[in-house]
Amino acid sequence: MMPARKLALFLLLAPAVLWLGLLILLPHVEILILSFSERVGPRVYAFGLGNYLEFFTEPLYWRTFARTAVMSILVTALTLVLAFPIALYIARVAQGRLKAMLLLLCLLPFWVSELVRTLGWMMLLRETGLISYLLQRVGLASQPVEMLYNDGAVILGLVYGGLLFMIVPLANALESLEPSVVEAGYDLGGSRWTVLRRIVIPHATPGIVAGSIIVFMLTVGNFATPVLLGGKNGLWFTEQIYAQFITRFNWPQGAAFGMLLLVLSSVIVWLGLRLSGQSLGTTLRQA
Amino acid sequence: MLTKRASLKLATAFAALMIAGGAQAAEKLRLLTWADYAPAEVVQQFTKETGIEVEITLSNNEEMISKLRATQGAGFDLVQPSQDRIAGPQQEFGIYKPLDLAKLKSDLFIASMLEATKKNTTVDGKVYGVPHIWGTDGLVVNTKAAPSVADYPDLCSQAVAGKASFRAKRPTLIAFAFANGMDPFAAYKDQKEYAALMEKVGAKLAECKKNVKFFWDGKDQLLNALRSGEVVAAMAWDTGGWKLNSENPDIKFVAPKSGALGWVDTFAIPAKGRNDDAAYKWINFNMRPEIAAKVAASAGNFTASNGADKLMQGKLKDQFAESFPKAAIDNIKWYPAVPAGIEEIEGKVLDRLKAGS
Repeated sequence: MMPARKLALFLLLAPAVLWLGLLILLPHVEILILSFSERVGPRVYAFGLGNYLEFFTEPLYWRTFARTAVMSILVTALTLVLAFPIALYIARVAQGRLKAMLLLLCLLPFWVSELVRTLGWMMLLRETGLISYLLQRVGLASQPVEMLYNDGAVILGLVYGGLLFMIVPLANALESLEPSVVEAGYDLGGSRWTVLRRIVIPHATPGIVAGSIIVFMLTVGNFATPVLLGGKNGLWFTEQIYAQFITRFNWPQGAAFGMLLLVLSSVIVWLGLRLSGQSLGTTLRQA
Repeated sequence: MLTKRASLKLATAFAALMIAGGAQAAEKLRLLTWADYAPAEVVQQFTKETGIEVEITLSNNEEMISKLRATQGAGFDLVQPSQDRIAGPQQEFGIYKPLDLAKLKSDLFIASMLEATKKNTTVDGKVYGVPHIWGTDGLVVNTKAAPSVADYPDLCSQAVAGKASFRAKRPTLIAFAFANGMDPFAAYKDQKEYAALMEKVGAKLAECKKNVKFFWDGKDQLLNALRSGEVVAAMAWDTGGWKLNSENPDIKFVAPKSGALGWVDTFAIPAKGRNDDAAYKWINFNMRPEIAAKVAASAGNFTASNGADKLMQGKLKDQFAESFPKAAIDNIKWYPAVPAGIEEIEGKVLDRLKAGS
């Protein structure tokens, strides 16, 4: 009996273990090893920290990372502000079919690929695009308006892409809030703002943190949206990694950038958890 | 989401592997090439004549080299990088196989072009590439909206502010170096000198950046912007300019005063190619004048096939004659082979250009 059960357990776990081992762990180990090799001459490589030093000594690279991180935090904050009322409505107000319908509406855009959604934004925002055309038609603009190729467009695209991943954990967290607690808050003379600030938000914190982590990580690691919507001045850090690997043939440098992106964004998430007083465990349960 | 996609790719790769293992019977040529270099009609005729199926993957220079590097030269049987991108990557990564010139019908090639390409792609006395399609990089200009643009630095003039475009890639660096009176090709041999030269070019481009609508990446992106008038002058390939010229006569390809940049795309065999015979057959088949003329028409460029020019359609010839008076042809700057290490210097300049403010 026991060996059979063990075997069953083993078989059940096998896909997950293989997945983690082969597709996550192994490539990362290889990238890590690669990131410590330096080119000495044609086909000659030596062990060294040069690729990491390059990141810290060349302002171009760490500035790109800092820019990416700051913009990602901004995107996360904006997504949270936009998603909170929607999640609140879905969790507290909507009932039955309406609720399912609203969640479905949030999900719907994700049935097409990210690339197509981004191209859709390009059609709307470009100088000869729909919005520019409408603005001219109603007389708000006298000449074509370019809304593409700037940081605003990138933030717009990223917020749009992150919305769902914020709404779901938030709605989950808000659903478990007892209505009686909110009523008690009002009975005790609390204003709407006080109830929101002292009862609803604290209760939703694990959901907020979970959603923020997901959105932040998705944003920081995004490639297509910043490349397509971004302008000549905006370089996303993932573009640096792509450039090193593909156009510069400098794999060790790209590998080092990849590891740095992983470590630095993890540090930012850890700081966020510390500041909000959440532990990773409770957050993960929400997500 | 990415991991999901990666796993899907892996699963497809596995499936493909199994199918490939099971169906060795049908002979196959795995070709890594540029868009429009292998039109369906030509591929069908080749399959009919030889029984060999052609599997086509589209790419560009950097991706070709990166793909081959990842597998140490496996996965494809024939590739088409530009002639200047063979010797350097070969020294650095060993991704190509020496060509057996005896298997190629050399009289099918334009002799001077074949010799020049052989010379540029020779490493340790072995030849790694033969020419296929050639063309130039220059200026595509909407002559109505921007009549003053005649050389690369004119892209930085007030007249086209916010409506100019070029690629954040090495041809742009080379072009602006020539336009500013420098000779980057002469500096190839000395990395220090080259780095100093590129710094200067980078500074020029940084000044010019305010004029740029976007750094174009894909050909279609640029052509669309030129069609709609969002961009009125750009550094681009002649073929794109002529394509637009056929739609709108105001848009012209202009050979810049400081010289158009001439490139030659080649045939090269990857180090671990599995079907060299088919590769040689494809090359010989493609260099036949009547086939080469079809490919040239599809790509909108010129071919290294001897005699194909007589079979080309009139339109492209006229457009070429308009863009390239005799002096402009003599002024074309042909890329010499890129030595290893040069692209790293350029890379940093380009990174700064893209990120900098």
